[in-house]
Amino acid sequence: MKLNQLSVFLENKPGRLSHPCKALAEAGINLLTLSLADTQQFGILRLIVRDWEKARDVLTQAGCVVRVTEVVAIEVADRPGGLEEVLKVIEAEGVNIEYMYAFTFRSHDRAVLVFRFDAPDAAIKTLQAKGVNVLQDVELYKLVEQ
Amino acid sequence: MAELWNDQVGEFPAASVQDFLPVEKLRQIQLRRLQAAVARAYEQQELIHNRMEERRLNPGCVRSVEDVSRLPFTVKADLRDTYPFGMFASPIHEVVRLHASSGTTGKPIVVAYTKEDIEVWSSVMVRTLVACGLHRGDIIQNSYGYGLFTGGLGAHYGAEALGATVIPTSGGNTDRQIMVMKDFCVTAICCTPSYFLHLLDRAAELGVDVKALPLRAGVFGAEPWTEAMRQRIEAEGNIKAYDIYGLSEIIGPGVASECEAQNGLHIFEDHFYPEIIDPETGQPVPDGQEGELVLTTLSKYAMPMIRYRTRDITRLIAEPCRCGRTVRRMARVGRRSDDMFIVRGVNVFPSQVEAALLAVEQTLPHYQIVLTREKDLDQMEVQVEVTAEVFSDEIRALESLRTKLAQALDSALGVRVKVSLVEPHTIARSEGKARRVIDKRQM
Repeated sequence: MKLNQLSVFLENKPGRLSHPCKALAEAGINLLTLSLADTQQFGILRLIVRDWEKARDVLTQAGCVVRVTEVVAIEVADRPGGLEEVLKVIEAEGVNIEYMYAFTFRSHDRAVLVFRFDAPDAAIKTLQAKGVNVLQDVELYKLVEQ
Repeated sequence: MAELWNDQVGEFPAASVQDFLPVEKLRQIQLRRLQAAVARAYEQQELIHNRMEERRLNPGCVRSVEDVSRLPFTVKADLRDTYPFGMFASPIHEVVRLHASSGTTGKPIVVAYTKEDIEVWSSVMVRTLVACGLHRGDIIQNSYGYGLFTGGLGAHYGAEALGATVIPTSGGNTDRQIMVMKDFCVTAICCTPSYFLHLLDRAAELGVDVKALPLRAGVFGAEPWTEAMRQRIEAEGNIKAYDIYGLSEIIGPGVASECEAQNGLHIFEDHFYPEIIDPETGQPVPDGQEGELVLTTLSKYAMPMIRYRTRDITRLIAEPCRCGRTVRRMARVGRRSDDMFIVRGVNVFPSQVEAALLAVEQTLPHYQIVLTREKDLDQMEVQVEVTAEVFSDEIRALESLRTKLAQALDSALGVRVKVSLVEPHTIARSEGKARRVIDKRQM
């Protein structure tokens, strides 16, 4: 149920983002989604790719500092209130969200939310009990690549 | 001891016998050579002649080795002022080799060797390598730079004289160095400790497990390094890391070396006479007390050096060493009297910065100190490379690391320090000496 996300350390300077992206592009690795968190001085690039082990090795060889983190992806209706319904469930369980990001698809009425929870297993259990669709990796790949 | 006295074919290099002389005999050799060296400097080096005349000294004044302290000092500026050949004591047709030190400001300094000087140099490098546990049969990768820098050729000649197999990789091209180390079954490497750390990092990226290679010893010198760096090198490389010491002005590498005890460096004092002085007053201090190392060459022919101030801070250890060598030891050089810098009136040594970083991160990261001046106020920034060990996926955790580093530095130095986390490999790795401090202040 949990997905492996790659996190890469970046300095907050012009041109830094292109270094890991170029390495992945040269290795023929397609990014399913990404998000960028930053402070004034540094940032963290978070990536989801199909072959995360290969991507991790490519990035490490390119001299990047990479960390693999487990995240949870869920599918929600792409309409007002879609996110809020899910958050209510998580809050009720007392699970903490470290961070999250979302993306939508042109051809769908659905959105995917990616969460980093402090207690991912408890979160998954609660979400599934409430009928929320927690995505397996293959389901996510299908959605993105449709 | 048995290991030390027998190389793989049951021989002990004759050169190393000098390390085990009875102290009485050693002092006799030193006095005889000192008298000859001072006489030669007085007669052949104008600068030394004039300075001794000014003090009403002549070579006859040296009646014991302790009398060396009556002689005037020589400093780096003297070598710069007499650039290029002003300190040579031999005519150029007797000089078979020139080297030059990488001057950070202006002209380099030039040093000269006769054929005999090269032989002495090779012999002290043999003694160095033997002290580091190497012998005939070892395959030595020499990654010190070949060229004007004394490190490359110095180690090369010593390793060949020892009868070992030398691979002259010189510095640079790290991926090829790793390939050579692996494919040629290298058992020992000579390089700067910071370059070896760089090799370890790169090998890990390439998926080469250095721990599993036949490499068993590193002969590391040409820059000050810490016990913490040694521990990291020995753990991550599964090797013994030995500290060696030398400087071009005296001969190059081969002035002193650690032995199996790894507890101080034996000075080959039958060729290089050591003193420790108070760097402020210039007065000699007794064995055991810390101060600046001053060296006098006892057998150098082309360019004798009388009481050369090295700027390296250390102390002499006269107590016997468990390896049995009778030549005295010097403590490892942690700092130089001139690598200190002043920020807002506070004296700072890079070694203090290193200790603070180490306390927070457990292992020593690559770092660099950048000094700038904003509105007439010194700013000190410490750039620290983020490693896989400390990298967190959460901004909060990285910010807290940065705060911890800044606090550790503030309290160790008593100066406010800006800490920047930077990407790996963004701080320049020198293939020679690590450049820890970048001073951009306009004085």
